[in-house]
Amino acid sequence: MKILSIETSCDETSAAIVENGRKILSNRIYSQIDIHQKYGGVVPEIASRNHVKKLPYIIDEALAESGLSLKEMDAIAVTNGPGLIGALLIGLSTAKAMAYSLKIPLIGVHHIEGHIAANFLEYPELEPPFLTLVVSGGHSHLVMVRDYQTFEVLGKTRDDAAGEAFDKVSRVLGLGYPGGPAIDLAAQEGNADAIAFPRVMLEKNSLDFSFSGLKSAVLNYLNHCKMKDINYSINDVAASFQLAVVEVLVEKAMIAAKNVGVEKIALAGGVSCNSLLRQKMATAALKHGYELYFPKPILCTDNAAMIGSMAYYNYLNGAVSDLNLNGIPGLKIGSRN
Amino acid sequence: MNILAIDTSTIVASVAIINEDKLLGEMMINHQKKHSEKLMTAIDHLLSDSGLDLSNIDVFGVVEGPGSFTGLRIGMATAKGFAQGLNKPLIGVSTLASLANNVPTSSGYICPILDAQRNQVYTGIYYFDASKLKNKLTDTALEIEDLIEEISKLDGNIYCLGDGLPRFYEQIEKSCSNTIKVPNHVNMNRASSAAELVLHKALTGDFMDYKQLEPVYLRPSYAEEKKC
Repeated sequence: MKILSIETSCDETSAAIVENGRKILSNRIYSQIDIHQKYGGVVPEIASRNHVKKLPYIIDEALAESGLSLKEMDAIAVTNGPGLIGALLIGLSTAKAMAYSLKIPLIGVHHIEGHIAANFLEYPELEPPFLTLVVSGGHSHLVMVRDYQTFEVLGKTRDDAAGEAFDKVSRVLGLGYPGGPAIDLAAQEGNADAIAFPRVMLEKNSLDFSFSGLKSAVLNYLNHCKMKDINYSINDVAASFQLAVVEVLVEKAMIAAKNVGVEKIALAGGVSCNSLLRQKMATAALKHGYELYFPKPILCTDNAAMIGSMAYYNYLNGAVSDLNLNGIPGLKIGSRN
Repeated sequence: MNILAIDTSTIVASVAIINEDKLLGEMMINHQKKHSEKLMTAIDHLLSDSGLDLSNIDVFGVVEGPGSFTGLRIGMATAKGFAQGLNKPLIGVSTLASLANNVPTSSGYICPILDAQRNQVYTGIYYFDASKLKNKLTDTALEIEDLIEEISKLDGNIYCLGDGLPRFYEQIEKSCSNTIKVPNHVNMNRASSAAELVLHKALTGDFMDYKQLEPVYLRPSYAEEKKC
């Protein structure tokens, strides 16, 4: 089964063709990062304008790369949430019209479930159950994947997502947008033990995250240095901040894995490209005897192939969408509308 | 030649199917902006009630703007999806020209007025010359006071219509006594009016690559405006 999939939930315009949920025949991504960089973050209206302009070209590229024609597609998949509503609607409207034109099924896909499914593309033998740490610009979740359609949220952020914290700290350090890669790079040159930023673990046994206090601690530290005329190292701040985030993520993931009794842990989402997170997760997984899975960076960022993978499993389970499928900015994991 | 045209530029969602001889069917929903949910279902109903299948459509048409940014994009993305899915041509027409086409008249001017928020309107001034729609003022975003100044230069009847009237008509009428508010049934966006303009373009071979078609916003995004 070949699925043409579309993803426009934020600032990447992407189209892909995936076979049977596991094999990428093409995966084209047009990133708008350059356009949004000068605003220091994603501007929703500008993202939507670029999606509607670019999407037909990206779909053509995906078809060309796969060597297939539209007539050979068996279904159309699209992200219908969560995400920026105006941006979601571009992919959604296009997908509906194409599915209707071609008389093939339309499959709505949850963006985060797509991120998790990126692991199915990277590891053809991987099957649920497994625990996933989903970390991206908009999300920080610990999700237990019981089977292909049962996602249980064990913990999530109560304020900023991990990626959001990276973006904000990066901005105040003058490292630019997007913050994840910028901080990762600066941290390589810094001393992670230089500043003792807080590790917010919340209540005992809680698997939730909170990163806004850490962000404030970084801001307070910088203000303090500026007021007292103390020199500080941007690289040290980046490294110390990054370590504080990563330690919390890793520790909570280990507690969750132990609680639910899994053997496998997967990483997903843009922030899972972070080199320290991968390194610390690998060490902890080895120590506690878990198998660790993480997709290659191109599958961690927003892309349509991951949507095509998840769509296949939705389809197998009869989760096919109607023509009135809507974009839902706050779509909950495990929910369709 | 069967034409299916879409207009989701305002609170009204409208779809129409026409050919050279007649209007085959039209749908208008003037209730809440839920275009993303309603549009495809409306198209599906209209086609089946007209005894047609999407594959019977030869040319797709869409209102390209100005109007609600999100609304324009829903229409545009849907229309482009049809064009790409069936490899058929797509033609874009102005929202304001389409509105003006609601009131074909042999005399006077037509002034479509859409509320553009922030005390502005999307507007243009149109007239019919030997049944051909022409522009006196090309589509633009104006402060209401500037539009009133433009209108007050005109002689003869000026037919006003569009979703900007409830907010601005009183003000316009005060300064220009030669304005006439059109009746409600032609006061809102109708896809059949757009379809007629699309048909005209199709018959005269006025096509462009559908992929190059984009909404005509007439205004940069707020973030871009602030940056300037």
